[in-house]
Parts: sequence; structure tokens; C-alpha cells
Amino acid sequence: MDVLLDGLVEALRLLAGGDADTWEITGLTLRVSLTATGLALLLGVPLGTMVALGRFRGRRVVLAAANTGLGLPPVVIGLFVTVLLWRSGPLGAFGLLYTPTAMIVAQTAIATPIVVALAAAALQQVDPDFLVQCHGLGATRTRALLALLGEARLPLLAAAMAAFGAVVSEVGAAQMVGGNLAGETRVLTTAAVLATSRGQFSLAIAFGLILLLIAFAVNLVLTLAQQYEPARS
Amino acid sequence: MIGQNRSVLTGLAVLLLLVGCGGPAAGPSAERSLILATTTSTQDSGLLDELLPAFTADTGWQVKTVAVGSGQAIELGRRGEADVLLVHSPAAEEEFVAEGTAGQRRLVMHNDFVLVGPESDPAGVRGAGAAEAMARIAGSGAVFVSRGDDSGTNAREDQLWAASGITPGGPWYQETGQGMGATLRVADENGGYTLSDRATWLSQPGSLVVLGEGDPGLLNVYHVIEMTTRAGDRVQPDGAAAFADWILGAPAQAMIGEFGRAEFGQPLFVPDAGKPDPAGG
Repeated sequence: MDVLLDGLVEALRLLAGGDADTWEITGLTLRVSLTATGLALLLGVPLGTMVALGRFRGRRVVLAAANTGLGLPPVVIGLFVTVLLWRSGPLGAFGLLYTPTAMIVAQTAIATPIVVALAAAALQQVDPDFLVQCHGLGATRTRALLALLGEARLPLLAAAMAAFGAVVSEVGAAQMVGGNLAGETRVLTTAAVLATSRGQFSLAIAFGLILLLIAFAVNLVLTLAQQYEPARS
Repeated sequence: MIGQNRSVLTGLAVLLLLVGCGGPAAGPSAERSLILATTTSTQDSGLLDELLPAFTADTGWQVKTVAVGSGQAIELGRRGEADVLLVHSPAAEEEFVAEGTAGQRRLVMHNDFVLVGPESDPAGVRGAGAAEAMARIAGSGAVFVSRGDDSGTNAREDQLWAASGITPGGPWYQETGQGMGATLRVADENGGYTLSDRATWLSQPGSLVVLGEGDPGLLNVYHVIEMTTRAGDRVQPDGAAAFADWILGAPAQAMIGEFGRAEFGQPLFVPDAGKPDPAGG
């Protein structure tokens, strides 16, 4: 139990004391995971919309694939991305392995299926007549689609939170493609693993608590956005 | 519906294009950087944190450290995914160098392996030679926790089992597949024995005590191996040479000899540059 208490004290000391390394690690964690979540939304919401509303061959297979992606182990994604980015791999010429960009790529790959699956489920929930009504009211297709996304705002933001939660907490892919390089690709999860393997348990707990704290902050913002009730005229 | 799909597809294509353009912008810097594949012991003990900033300051080379077991480090070298290796698995290293893709292999430093276990020593190994101690552990059925990860420490453990004429297996033999720090903790929790490099054991809090040390079979020797373009087109032999020459130079060797003295009251490694190779390599 002492370790937990020490960890709490250590976390407060690192944050309040303005420990430069800790802030850098925290900043990188936010940068990588938020960028990956953003990219996953950009890719996943249109894909999820297509899967939910489209009538094309193989639609159910895509949906099943996305649902499978909900349970994809990050370490497997990390391994795929690593092999692709190896010097001898197809993308080796870019020299991206062990960079934050590689981590963003891997985390985007982890988050996108989550967004697709949850966005598709969200849009299929909306009344099928909704688009027809929009058309009836003279809305263009784009306007109708935007209105539909607005209608599904709550579950779509839930998808964003699920995606962010998945990537900010994963360690397998971040470790494998990032390499946990001090000052370059060290994020809170890989820092916690390193501290643990060095026997610095309080420090590891402190990193864990900071991770919880920023995850809570991000989710608080998203939840407030989700629950925001615009004034109706 | 078809029209909507088309606009969604167009949007998607634009997004993919944006992502494609945005990706490499955050990519590698123009600085020279090399990849060092090394063992968990050099990272977990904190030695590299001390050495690498000095190396970068002296030479301008940034170092990307991949800390894995010696087996994996050698495999990364073989595939040309690392420029230079700092490893401690002499038998596997000699085999690897004989393949011809590696360049120079030179002695850097040593410390020793220690056989650690619970204070109560249920198998009665205290004071026995290394091979005899392993035989007693197997004979008594006491728990032995193995790295099981093809690391240098794991390779040495296998040699000791072979020397004692025992093929380990059964419920008393547990393989973690993890690094030394994690394996020490499993041994501690399960009241078992394990083989550790001294540096990692010293840097870990816990109740395990040293029960076997000083046997010639417990010498732990680290070599630096430079990779060449024979392993892969993108290997940087100049970076490899810069690192190997630097770590064998007097200032780095002095840092190695001092490392750990302040924290543990004894140095964790003994610098060996230019000395005859005790492993015979």
C-alpha cells in the first residue's frame, strides 16, 4: 500500500514541481493519442456512414471486420506496422520507425475500426425515415447527411471517447513502433512499463495516475460537448 | 443514396490525401541518428541514460535504443534493422559474426551473473558451484524462474543446465518470457530461484539474496558489434564505428567504471576495453 501512496505523492510532485521530463512525456502522450483519435474520426465516420447507409456488396463483411477490430490487440497492430516500417520493409525508405509519426500511424490503425463500428451502430439507430424527411423538406444530400450526423451526436462522441480511451491506454504498439526513446517517443504507458522494470514502482504508479488524470480531462471535455444542449428557439 | 455514397467517397478520398500529406511532415529530423540494439540490462540498470547523452554531445549522433533480449538484438542486427549491437551472449555472438554480415566485435565490459533466491534457501545451494547449485534446485523441486526469452541471461542459464546434465521442465520450472526486472519480481513473489545479471539485481528492490557467485561459469561479458551494409542497404557503418570507438575510448570506459558507485556502493560494470577477451572470442 505504501507504494500507492508514494505514487500519489510522486505524481503530485512531478506535476506541481513542473518536472520537465514528465510534462514532455505527458505532452507527447496527448499529441500522439489525440492526433490518432482525430485521424480515426476523419477516416472512421465516413466509412461508418457508408457501412450504415450504403447498399453495396460486402457491406456486412466490412461491418463484421470493423466489429472484430474492436478487440484487436494493439501489440499485433504494432507488429504489422513495425514490419512495414522496417528499413527492409516496404515503407523503410521513410525512416519512420521509432518516431511519433509511427506511433500515430499505429494508434490510428487501432482506433479506426472502433470508430467505424460504433459510428455505423450509431447511424443505424437513427429513424430510417429521417433522411427521407430531410429530402422532403428540401435539404440537399450533404445537408441531410450533416443533419443525420448531428442527430447521432451522442453516440458519435461516445465513439470518439472509446477510440481515445483505447489508444491512450495501449502500450504494446507504442512500445513496438515507438521504441520508448527518452525525449522522443516515450509516452505515459511505456514510461510506466520502464519504471516498473527498473523497480521504480512509485514512479510507475505516478505515471499511471497522470495518465488517468489526462484521460479524465479529455473525456470531461468530450462529455460536456456531448451533453451540451443548444438553446432551442 | 448512390449520390450520397459518392460524396462520402469523395470526402474520404480527400481525407486520405490530407492524411497522406500530413504524415511525413512530423517525420524524421535531418539529424544523424543510429539504431542501437542492446540488452534490457544496460537500459534497466540506467547505464545507457548516463552514456548516451555524452556520446551524442561528443559525436553529434543521436541514438535510438532498442532494449530487448540479446537474442532479439542479434536478430535485428542480422536483418539490418540496427547499426550497432551491445550484447552479452558470447556463444550466439560468435555464431552470428561467423555468418559474415557483422563487422568488428570488441570487448566492452563485464560484470557477473548471480544465482539469487529466497533467504531460506530451500534447495541448499549456498556456497555450491554454479552447475551443482542448478542440479540441487532441480533435485529439490524448488521453484526456478527462467527468463525464457532467448536473452543472454537465458542463454547462460541454458549452458548451466547443460553443464549440470539436467533438462529443466515441470511445474517447478517457470518461464516468464519477460525482462530481468520482471523475472526477478516473479521469483521474489513465488519464493523461487533465478539467474540474474548483478547490475539488474542490485537495482531492484526485493527480498532475494545472492546464493551463488564467483563461479567462472557466471562471468557476464558485453561486446559491441558493428553492423555492415552486408546486413542491409540502410545500415550506417559510420554510425556503428562512431559508437563502438566512442564506448571503447577512455572517457566512456571511465564512466562505465564509475557507474553505480554512488547509488549502490559498488560499480555495476568493469570496463574492459583492450583487455584480452575472457570468453575467448
